[in-house]
This record gives sequence, structure tokens and C-alpha cells, in this order.
Amino acid sequence: MKRFAALYTALDRTTRTTAKVEALAAYLAEAPEPDRLWTVALLSGRRPRRAVTATRLREWAAERAGLPLWLFEDCYPVVGDLAETIALVLPPPAQDSDLSLSARMTDILAMAAMDEPARKAAILDAWDSLGGTERFLYTKLLTGGFRVGVSQTLMTRALARATGQDEAELAHRLMGDWTPATTSWQTLIEAPDPAAALSRPYPFYLAYQIEGPPEALGVPADWIAEYKWDGIRGQLIARGGVHFLWSRGEDLITDRFPELAVARDFLPAGTVLDGEILAWKDGRPLPFAALQTRIGRKTVSKRLLAETPAAFVAYDLLEDGGTDIRARPLAERRARVEEIIAGVPPGGPLRLSPVLPFDDWQDLARTRGAARAAEAEGVMLKRADAPYLAGRKKGDWWKWKLDPLTVDAVMIYAQAGHGRRATLYTDFTFAVRDGEALVPVTKAYSGLTDAEFREITAWVRKNTLQRFGPVRQVAPELVFEIAFEGIRASPRHKSGLALRFPRMARWRRDKPAAEANTLDDLKALLEAPDRDAGSEGQRGA
Amino acid sequence: MRRRRAECNRPGPGPRYSRAMSVLSVTEHGLYCPAGDFYIDPWAPVDRALITHGHSDHARPGHRRYLATDTGAPVIRHRLGAIALETIRYAETRRIGAAMVSFHPAGHVPGSAQIRVEVAGEVWVVSGDYKPGPDGLSEPFEPVPCHTFISECTFGLPVFRWRPQAQVMAEIRDWWAENAAQGQASLLGAYALGKAQRLLVGLGDSGGPILTHGAIEATCRVMRAQGIALPDTVPVTPETDPRTHPGALVLAPPSALGSTWARRFGQASTGLASGWMALRGVRRRRAADRGFVLSDHADWDGLNAAIRATGAERVLMTHGYTGPFRRWLAEQGYDAGIVATAWEGETTEGDAE
Ligand SMILES: [Zn+2]
Ligand SMILES: [Zn+2]
Repeated sequence: MKRFAALYTALDRTTRTTAKVEALAAYLAEAPEPDRLWTVALLSGRRPRRAVTATRLREWAAERAGLPLWLFEDCYPVVGDLAETIALVLPPPAQDSDLSLSARMTDILAMAAMDEPARKAAILDAWDSLGGTERFLYTKLLTGGFRVGVSQTLMTRALARATGQDEAELAHRLMGDWTPATTSWQTLIEAPDPAAALSRPYPFYLAYQIEGPPEALGVPADWIAEYKWDGIRGQLIARGGVHFLWSRGEDLITDRFPELAVARDFLPAGTVLDGEILAWKDGRPLPFAALQTRIGRKTVSKRLLAETPAAFVAYDLLEDGGTDIRARPLAERRARVEEIIAGVPPGGPLRLSPVLPFDDWQDLARTRGAARAAEAEGVMLKRADAPYLAGRKKGDWWKWKLDPLTVDAVMIYAQAGHGRRATLYTDFTFAVRDGEALVPVTKAYSGLTDAEFREITAWVRKNTLQRFGPVRQVAPELVFEIAFEGIRASPRHKSGLALRFPRMARWRRDKPAAEANTLDDLKALLEAPDRDAGSEGQRGA
Repeated sequence: MRRRRAECNRPGPGPRYSRAMSVLSVTEHGLYCPAGDFYIDPWAPVDRALITHGHSDHARPGHRRYLATDTGAPVIRHRLGAIALETIRYAETRRIGAAMVSFHPAGHVPGSAQIRVEVAGEVWVVSGDYKPGPDGLSEPFEPVPCHTFISECTFGLPVFRWRPQAQVMAEIRDWWAENAAQGQASLLGAYALGKAQRLLVGLGDSGGPILTHGAIEATCRVMRAQGIALPDTVPVTPETDPRTHPGALVLAPPSALGSTWARRFGQASTGLASGWMALRGVRRRRAADRGFVLSDHADWDGLNAAIRATGAERVLMTHGYTGPFRRWLAEQGYDAGIVATAWEGETTEGDAE
């Protein structure tokens, strides 16, 4: 665990990608193979489920530290992280142990089958044999909340450097639903594995939000436009007589969408389609909220299938007749997608995402403006001659989403942030005017710079009216422009409204509270076409 | 919103000390002793001020008469200019009105004091800022038996536990050596009064050059003049060419770290020495490359031990995590309360002291 803690410290200490890749590559070249495998698993988001509830951890840590629970609870908001709070309050370790990362992880996995007294004893024993960063990391791993600022792309780069293998090949190998319990370093990284290769998806290519007017992209003829759908990004694979459906979160979700089994019958062998999974009924997509009813279900009832059928809307082809064609230009790949979908019975769950024709950018702007009516979030622009890249790369794929809705609202409550922002007030509640009163409408916690949060934090300290635990009620004076993606009626909220994806667009220093928007202004937006959908996650391009 | 400030700055919920305070009580000017007609570290101008130490939240300008320790006085004079300042030695007893006062080492910075006030056999001690562990520079903290102890609790939560100073100094040396090996300067942020000199004493025998920001050098000069031995430093002036001191350690106030002043050192590695560096969130937010956990205040164990050593039955908390710490003490059987003062602990921003 010491070696892993040293790696974590090195990664945590720097923001420079070269330094991160260097530290990680050195670790992946030198650490014992089971530890490397676990590190790759953890850095690719394959964290074991939480082994014990946060409530128990708090109780046991407070008990072990000889502190009343309330005092532990008072420490937590100051530190901003449960595992760190635990690591800090516990007495120094009585024993010195250097069990490896993989040994610790195996112990954690074994806890699922233990009864509570045994689990408690195991955890207390581990706490008592780990110091500083190791204890913090161990507790993070227990809670399932381990994170470090290394993207999958950086990790793959480091792995390529450590093993001398090709980066894209490694990215391919790392996909899929493996865990350190189901594979080994040799199998996953070193050995060829034809069976696993059958289900293996390609890394998704991700688009950036366009930054300025689309005119900057040059000639319209160089670009292909499609709707930006509001569903789940997916890859549909048909190989060797079986099919697989992957979501962008790299989850194998084949069983959740049984209607897509038609892929076996109608897609040529060795086909990999990139597209969007949408709830689709009566010839049009349903709002994302409808698709959400399908996501969480491992088994799908006939009734649900009838009520909320799903479709795979294809827009790219990555593998054709068993050949990786990602290097071919998009125009060519699209032409093949169209041929393949043309061979599928119409009106079924395999559909084509149409190309949106446009002569000039004005023309496309009009199409985008009407995207909401097509249940889309905007349009996508893809360079016609571009290959299919892996990960988020700027230049060839752009999303041009509808402008967010905005409202000027007054800050009324402030709460300290977590982790990096534990000593700053970053979580705010905003209200709009309703006659003389202020009605809370939303919370938001992102969108400002650290410098702005610092300034607001100083202001909050001086303008607190009342405290409720960690929450401060502040003088209703600061006005912020809140951007959001949708609005819907919600009887659960005092205002009768709920905003979707709210964030602070800017601090309106120029506006007094008396000029903030009113509840009636917001209600007027409800009349507008429905833009409501569900949660983010694996969605979109 | 200025008008609200007075109420809003007060510590959060929890019992305030409301009983008649026989020896000391809080007025709008500060902590007041009616028997001696003086104030301790007052925050508004008064006739007679007893000053625990030179940090700006304790030693403020505008009082008619000052009393401070002889070793603390030079820095106070340096910071406040021409003031009427009388000095007193540690443990020397002086009568002021009906009160007997004496100053005792607080271990916070050189010359820092706890102030003992005795009125008609009733003894109160005001801690000022304090640190029980020795730092190699300040006169070591001495517990002073009393009936009522008025204590700071800047780091009054059990997540704050300092490691031995030698370990932290070794960490800083390693960081400095690593940077020097790569030809980089090591820019270390620390308070100009106390922390900077403590680092100097702890690191001065490393052999490498130590450069100082003007604010720190000025304080060093005052201390050297009063006979405190500090390792040699090279003051940074507009003419200083960093290339002539490759791999140097540069001591600067925390606020200078991201400034144009710091730019002259090019690709320097930056560090901060503060108790707040114990928290990962603060470490990351402060955007220094490294955080070293080093404070001139008592940690959780230090506070508890110091309070126990006074033998006091009543403990009143001034600044820091007063709410939880008061409750903790009450549960330990103390008569514990909170007095609202304008004093600050070590701040996360490092602009107050
Ligand atoms: Zn101080
Ligand atoms: Zn202070």
C-alpha cells in the first residue's frame, strides 16, 4: 500500500500531465502485477462497491478515536471528506504493515460476505496498521469513493509507456466489464484474448461544445450535420452471431434493451455501430425521462417494453465486415451506415440518424432553433473527411447545443463546498422575487472561478444573518445569472418549479436584488416547449 | 451591509459567557479589566493596552499607552511606529490599579506572552495565541495555574495534530534539495513574524542560500538587533539577480507567492507552511506545489494538555472552533464558555496573523 500511496501523492501533487504520466508509467512498470492490475482498474473507474455504510464508518472511527460522534460530525464539514476526516482523527497506527494494494483490495472484497462484527474488526485492524495517506486511501477505497485526477486517456498513455504497447490497442483492451477478480494482468494486458475480443467496443469519440459562431469552422460543404440527441450514447456490436450493446460509461447493457437483439438478424457479421439509444414511440423520440425508466432495469417487463420501446439511432460505423474502419473518412463511413440500415426492416428499433442538409450556416442555425421540436438538444457538426478518433479531441466533432435558458436570481443561503473547496462557500441557494417575498427556486454550485468563490466567501462571512448547521442564511443582495437546460412543474418544490442542470453563468455585480427575475418570469418559461429530461451521466456525445 | 458586521462576525451558536465577569469582561473595545482599568489586546483605541504579541490582530495602533514584554516590544515598535510602550520581563509582577499583572511565555512567536491578571485572589490568564511545543526560537510555553483560562482554539478540532517539528523540517529540506537539484528555486510562503524566523532557524544549517522578501527581512533585522541569533539571509531587492543564487530557498509572505514579485524566480517550486496544510482541500485550493503542516498555534492535543495544566475550572474560548471546543470541554467537566473577540487565528489566506 505504501507504493500505491506514494503514487497517489505524486499524482495528487501535480497538475502537469507529463509529470502524472511519468509517475504512473514508472509505477505500472515496477509494481507487482496484481497491484498494477488493481491500479488500472481503479483509474478506469472499476471501483468495488462500498463495503460498509458511511454511518458505520463514522461511528467506528469516532469510537476508536475516543471522540463523541457529534464532534466527529463537526469535523467532517471542515475537512470536507469523510475518508480524510477519519484518517485525521484516528490515533497514530500501533502496528506497521505493508500489505500490498491488491491484498488490501482482496480484504475489502471479502468484507461483503462478513457479518458486521467481523467487518468492524477487519476495518479497525487495518486503520491501526496504516498511517497518513495510506489510511486515507484505504478508507476511500472502502467507501467506494476513490478518485484521482487522472483521465482514462492519461492512464492509457502511461500504460503504453510502461508496456511498450500501442496506446489505441490498450484502450481497446481496457474496455469491457472485467474486474481484477475476473482477469489477470497477463490476460488483460499482455496475452491475446480472442473470446474477449468478440465483445470489445471501441473507445468513443467525444465532441466539444462549439465555442464561437459556426462560421469559424469554414465552408459548410466540409461538414456533416446531425441532431444532437438526448439519449444514451451507445455502441451496437454484431460479431460471430451474437450482439452486444455498450453505453458510453463502458457498461455492457445488452440485456436491458432486448428489442435490439434484431441486430443479430439484420446486421452483417462484424458490424460495430456508434449511435444513440433513445426511447422511441409512434415515429418519434420520447423525452429522456422516459428512457430513464428503462436504464435501471436489469429485467424488462412486457408492459414496459410496450409502453416505452427503445431504438438505436445509428450515425457512425466503426467496424465493417470485421475490419476496423475508423481511419476512413466520416463521409465514407456514413455512406456505409446508410446502406446497412437500409437493409434493416423499416419502423423497427434500428434507425438512422438523418443527415441534416444545409446550404449555409444561417440555414443550419434555423434547423438548430427547431431542434427542440424534434426532441433533440441541438445539432452536431462533424468534419466529413475526419477519421474516428478516441476520446475527447478538439477539431472534428462539435456539438452546437441550444442556448441555455437563464434567470437572474438572488443568493439567499450559502454552504461550504467539499474536498478542494472545503473552506470556501460554493454551494448556494437562489431565489426569485414574488411580490415582496423571495421564493427559493434552485441550488447551484458551479460556474464561478476560485477567485470569485473566495470573494463571495469573504462576503458571506460578513453578511450572515443566521446559521443552520453548515448553512448560512445571507443578506439577500448578490444577484447571479443562473443558466439551466430545462424547467418543469414540480409540486415538491416550494416554487412549484424545478430547473434542470442549473449552474452559475456569471455574477451580476451590476444588478441589485430588486431587479432580479420574478416567479412569474419563470412560470412563463413553463409554457415554452418541453425541454425536460433526466440526469447526466453517460449521455450525449 | 457594514452595519450588520458587528453581529455577524461573532462566533456561531453555543452559550455565550454571560455571568458577571469579576476580573475581565468584554466591552466593545476589547477584553477589559475593571480593577486595573486596562485592556488586553484591544481592537478599538483605549487608554491602556496590555499586548500579548505583535501580530496585527493583537497589537493595533491608536492606544495611548502600551505594555508588552521586553523581547516582544521591538517588533511591536517596528510595526506600530512611535507609540508609548513600556516593557515588562516574563514573570515580573506589576500592580495596575487593584490588579496584579504578569506576562508568561506563550511559545507562539519570540516575545509572545500569556497575561496573568490577579484581582483579590482570583486569577485569570489570557492565552493570546500559543503553542505548547518548542520551536527552537520562541521562549517555550509555560502553563500558568489559574482559576479562569481564556484560551484561543484556532485549531480546536481533533483533525489537527502536528507532527514533531523535526519531521516537517526534514520534509522541507528534501523538497528544497529536490528543487535545487533541478536548478529550481524553492519559494516558501510563511508569516513574516514568527513562522519565517522559525523556518530560518530550522533550515539555516542546510548550507544553501536563503533569500528573504522585504517584509520578512525587516522583521529579521529587528530580531537580530535585539540579540536573537538568526542564520544569514540575502534580502531580495529590485537589483537581485536570482541566477546568482541558483537553487535558493526564498522565504516570502504567503500573499507574495503568486505575485509579480515572485515571477523573478522563474519556474520556482512553491510551498506553504501553515497548520491549514493539514487539510487536503486547503492544500489544493491554495495552488502551491507543496503544503507543509507547520503552525504557531496549539493543535488539538496541545490545547487539551495546556488547558489541563492550568488547573482552571473555567475555560473561555476566544477564536477558532469555539462552538465545538466549548462543548467538548463542557463534556469533560469544565465550566466552559465563549467570549467573542476580534482576534483571529492563523488564517487560510495568510494575510492576517
Ligand atoms: Zn498571533
Ligand atoms: Zn491571533
